[in-house]
Amino acid sequence: MSSTQTSTSADLGTDRVITYSEAVREAIGQAMEADDRVFMLGEDIGVYGGAFGVSGDLYHRFGAERIRDTPISELGIVGAAVGAALVGMRPIVEIQFSDFTNQAMDQIVNQAAKIHYMLGGAMSVPMVLRAPLGSGTGAAAQHSQSLEAWFAHVPGLKVVMPATAADAKGLLLSAIDDPNPVIVLEHKLLYRTSGPVPEEAVRVPLGQSAVRRRGEHLTIVGTGVMVSRALEAAEVLAADGIDVSVIDPRTLTPLDDAPIHEDVSRTGRALLVQEAPGHVGFTAELSARIAESPTIYRLLAPVRRLSGLDAPIPYAPQLETASVPQVADIVESAKTLVKES
Amino acid sequence: MSATPGTDHDTARHALLTMWTIRRFEEAVDDLFARGLMHGTMHLSIGQEASATGACLALRTDDAITSTHRGHGHCIAKGADLTRMMAELLAKETGYCRGRGGSMHIADTATGNLGANGIVAGGIPIAAGAALAFKMRAEDRVVACFFGDGAANEGAFHEAVNLAAIWKLPVVFICENNKYGMSFSTEKSFAIENISERAAAYGIPGTTVDGNDLDEVYGAVSAAVDRARAGEGPTLVENVTYRWKGHSKSDKNLYRTKEEIAEWRAKDPILRFEARVKESGLLTEEEVQLIRTQAMEDMRAAVREANAAPDADPSDLLDAVFARA
Ligand SMILES: Cc1ncc(C[n+]2csc(CCOP(=O)(O)OP(=O)(O)O)c2C)c(N)n1
Ligand SMILES: [Mg+2]
Repeated sequence: MSSTQTSTSADLGTDRVITYSEAVREAIGQAMEADDRVFMLGEDIGVYGGAFGVSGDLYHRFGAERIRDTPISELGIVGAAVGAALVGMRPIVEIQFSDFTNQAMDQIVNQAAKIHYMLGGAMSVPMVLRAPLGSGTGAAAQHSQSLEAWFAHVPGLKVVMPATAADAKGLLLSAIDDPNPVIVLEHKLLYRTSGPVPEEAVRVPLGQSAVRRRGEHLTIVGTGVMVSRALEAAEVLAADGIDVSVIDPRTLTPLDDAPIHEDVSRTGRALLVQEAPGHVGFTAELSARIAESPTIYRLLAPVRRLSGLDAPIPYAPQLETASVPQVADIVESAKTLVKES
Repeated sequence: MSATPGTDHDTARHALLTMWTIRRFEEAVDDLFARGLMHGTMHLSIGQEASATGACLALRTDDAITSTHRGHGHCIAKGADLTRMMAELLAKETGYCRGRGGSMHIADTATGNLGANGIVAGGIPIAAGAALAFKMRAEDRVVACFFGDGAANEGAFHEAVNLAAIWKLPVVFICENNKYGMSFSTEKSFAIENISERAAAYGIPGTTVDGNDLDEVYGAVSAAVDRARAGEGPTLVENVTYRWKGHSKSDKNLYRTKEEIAEWRAKDPILRFEARVKESGLLTEEEVQLIRTQAMEDMRAAVREANAAPDADPSDLLDAVFARA
């Protein structure tokens, strides 16, 4: 009946299980071994090993030149990455929390995203900006946002949200190869999750959605931490006789929406889930794409969106949990949607 | 790179031609705009020619620059092609940016110009990053980073100068203090006498020179470039100068007096250099006239050729949003 793709050992051809953050580190290490132009810069990524421990021992392996600790100057370091990329380096910037990309927005939005275009294609900015996003750690409103839609709204940026350890590695390797600025948003709650990851430097192409599970009654679409929540919800729903698909777009830009249209056309129902506030969010784009295409004729019920509240993320654990979609919320929304039609 | 412009014949000739070319180019732009033949907005650098020219004279071709919204002079002084510049401003397909960038975004890979910038101080962290790359790759290359007095009050300036200082990057920060950021005077926007004093806060040398004196600019930037090449890190050079024209096309000059403008016109950096080299006998009156004529002819040829080029083509506007692998 249901099948899960690209997350089992068999699909990936490996039994080796590592954590999401180990997978990110492995990608960076392999890219740096293969290419002298690749280097990393960010706050406390050296001896400290990164605020979330992602850079770990890379400093000891590659040294202070290439695992470059910086002052607390987000605008300066992203700008330095843009400049280095312009003259042929392949910098990877780590921003400690994605909330602090706000400090660097000029360099991300006005410089990195636009230089290739503004110069009529004469130069390009092959850089990667990695940053943890999302809630669930009790860090409150300035350390818990999901700002992916902002970046996806800027032409010239690619936006990646890996949901599994294998994707954390494979998508990052593709991001490093890419000749454009790529924003990679890693959900904090995923860093300690684990899964099978190929030891070799296997790329996962940007712009290829993953069908995580195939079902009959309903298509759930979500990214980042919402993928595992949707898969968990799917198990609960299966016990109730509701069989769902789970699709993970993986990259917001470029967006591969064909598998979504195809699956929604088959199930007739779409539940679009995101942690970010619903107002003008990424799932609004997905909803519009369904509405603007023949997929709309196949719907048995209106598209349903399940999003974070249109509010900042609060501190208290029960408030924080209540602010963003949890497994039970997905189950409930799915049931309502199936019942409605 | 070259001998001092005020003492070497060929260098003096080159410097004078560069300054006149910038002047004529800016005047042509001003004129085309006034006649409705050019669209958009322009920030002219008339009056500031010695700053761009003296600084770029201290650089090699493979050294890089980052520039600003007032960047035509930097671009020309670094060696850009006048016709491609003019074509860009005239919205032609043959322009440096194929009409996608315009005046504020011209870059030229061939001459190491990493680009003008529409964002005040936007190029300063980028300059530090390019210098970081040169240093990491152990290349003997330097970045000259141009920016205005206004930019020195942006956070980007402070973050980037500090990064360059702690990493001893081969970059020269060149602040073109033309007394105003749009309408806001440096008297109002700074509580210090000289912007170069800020260098001390980052532990690097800072120096203020007469930005309308080509030899002074060249001397200060050369020393800073030597220091950068020797691995000793960045320097902040402040060129005090003045823009004769308004900030951009919308400026009615309400914030400054006619007398002040006249006073600075009297300090014309080009005429000053001309007088100096004629007096010392480095260039003859005849040579000077030939240089003036050549600048005028080069500019006219650029306008003519650019005008004849095909208009920028809207059929593939999505083409360069992303670079292809
Ligand atoms: C971040 C930012 N703020 C404001 C502006 C609008 N603006 C363009 S140029 C300018 C003045 C800049 O002054 P300065 O750095 O001294 O350069 P100048 O124009 O005198 O050459 C202003 C306010 C801008 N382009 N970018
Ligand atoms: Mg100014």
